[in-house]
Amino acid sequence: MDALTPLELDLSTSTLREVNATLHAPDLDADTVVVRHPAGKHSVAVGLTKPISVTIDGHVGYYAAGMNQAADVVINGNAGVGVAENMMSGSVWVKGSASQSAGATAHGGLLVIEGDAAARCGISMKGVDIVVGGSIGHMSAFMAQAGTLVVRGDAGDALGDSIYEARLYVRGTVASLGADCVAKEMGPEHHEQLAALLKAAGHDDDTHEYTRYGSSRTLYHFHVDNASAY
Amino acid sequence: MTRHITQPRESATFNRSVIAEIQRAAETGIYDIRGWGAKRSLPHFDDLLFLGASMSRYPLEGYRERCGTDIVLGDRNAKYPLHLDTPVTIAGMSFGALSGRAKEALGRGASEVGTSTTTGDGGMTPEERGQSKNLVYQYLPSRYGMNPDDLRKADAIEIVLGQGAKPGGGGMLLGQKITERVAGMRTLPQGVDQRSASRHPDWTGPDDLTIKIAELREITDWEKPIYVKVGATRTYYDVKLAVHAGADVVVVDGMQGGTAATQEVFIEHVGIPTLAAIPQAVQALQELGVHRKVQLIVSGGIRTGADVAKAMALGADAVAIGTAALIALGDNDPRWQEEYEALGTTAGAYDDFQAGRDPAGITTQDPELQLRFDPVEGGRRLANYLRVLTMEAQTIARACGKAHLQHLEPEDLVAITIEAAAMARVPLAGTSWIPGQPGAGL
Repeated sequence: MDALTPLELDLSTSTLREVNATLHAPDLDADTVVVRHPAGKHSVAVGLTKPISVTIDGHVGYYAAGMNQAADVVINGNAGVGVAENMMSGSVWVKGSASQSAGATAHGGLLVIEGDAAARCGISMKGVDIVVGGSIGHMSAFMAQAGTLVVRGDAGDALGDSIYEARLYVRGTVASLGADCVAKEMGPEHHEQLAALLKAAGHDDDTHEYTRYGSSRTLYHFHVDNASAY
Repeated sequence: MTRHITQPRESATFNRSVIAEIQRAAETGIYDIRGWGAKRSLPHFDDLLFLGASMSRYPLEGYRERCGTDIVLGDRNAKYPLHLDTPVTIAGMSFGALSGRAKEALGRGASEVGTSTTTGDGGMTPEERGQSKNLVYQYLPSRYGMNPDDLRKADAIEIVLGQGAKPGGGGMLLGQKITERVAGMRTLPQGVDQRSASRHPDWTGPDDLTIKIAELREITDWEKPIYVKVGATRTYYDVKLAVHAGADVVVVDGMQGGTAATQEVFIEHVGIPTLAAIPQAVQALQELGVHRKVQLIVSGGIRTGADVAKAMALGADAVAIGTAALIALGDNDPRWQEEYEALGTTAGAYDDFQAGRDPAGITTQDPELQLRFDPVEGGRRLANYLRVLTMEAQTIARACGKAHLQHLEPEDLVAITIEAAAMARVPLAGTSWIPGQPGAGL
């Protein structure tokens, strides 16, 4: 197949299994794929392993592009629960908004959400970079271990509860911080990192408008004096 | 005149161990954390007996006639179900809780007798994958070390909702065991007291689980059986919901099932005994018309071939062992008695797996202690033990006239206590009375 001609897959005429099997096939002969008519289906384009570009043309249900490795996936619509969950590498770009648990447990790669993300955005994140154009819901970055979450809007309650070493940058207000999560100084390296991530997501905001949040590391070891913090 | 001396009287309510715990709590201000499962006395398989064949049933010759032990797990949806030679499998135990050498030994022993072993919180190690012919990959709330490449390398996937030692609780691995390697695999700072989440991060409730299972099937191209593991609590409902969600295999872990580290109060006071859970699970499967189609694996307190046979007679397709497997490897061996005493315990009672100072070198990440444990010898011991369990179960099955362990049935069993009769739903020995069952008379 001509590499410049995208392979078109249509979920109105093909089953999800057929579409995902095609995307997984060792002999897939395309580096650009368009998936038409997702119509809110779950698990579209999950488990990709090749450095291909996949555009999903419409809204998707749960776990779109879940466990992505190497592929660059664009969703021309909104995404349901757990978009790009456990992503390892590559990128997932949501043109609309995302439901709960966006980027949950993801180890790597870049997740961009142009709109808002609901509760638990970046929950247990383990190295992924997430840039949210709008606001995020409550309990986001819960137990976040590594990686960076950038929020151009506001954050809901209990941001970064029980956070480990992930970095959070929020431009707007934070309804409340979770246990062990505190505001931190912005050093030059933080401005640099934030600017690079914003640029990767297509923004050139003034990084001085942002506040960094992270772990105070007081709950890293069980101690009776901390009992009331949990 | 007779002199009456008052003898010191200890309280049954405030016995010595209760008093010691109150004193310990007052001293430290923190709850007690330990490994192992429930240690209290519970209705268990010991309270059941088999009715060997006599006039009305025909036994098989003990040393001659074939009694099959092979099982197939997960053939409802998966392209490649597991075919095991014995129904005794190895339960999930993490690298982190155990040393890499101990995980290797579990793989060696299990593979030698044709059964499966299971990963745990913290991901898959090359030692374990390399030595395990059949490896079940646990998919846990923490997702520590969760890697789609490992998912594809696995022979089955086990979604863990809970475990018998702590249903409703997350995991715990204290800082002394978070070495550089363990920390790296879990993406954590070295030396922190690691908490594992108690809820999955990207789904809540049984309807979401249906979608999650479908996602895992899509990612692995419908090749692998998908298990759902629950700690025994509301087992009847949990098993029904797991089946509806699409599980190929349901794993039910009773409160005697072990843990690497949990609060003592949790281990002893949350969950129900294995004996009480099995009939609930079987009833759920039967009502859905999937008993033997969705396989049931039971764990929590399996020690002997008799336990294996009893679990299977009650309707389990297979069992899993954890604590017993560690003992077979060499845990709590009397040859380390002096060192157990130095740790304030004794061989047979050591349960401070969280402390990482295991004299036997099994539940530790200490580089020197680990070297005490030989994975080849450990694997051989585990294989021996698994063979004994299988042969013991066969001995009982033949005596009951069964040509396969899966032919054992509840009608082969009676109970010797009213509690066990009620929980296991088999008659009290010498009667036809099953407490709680309508219409049963003496």
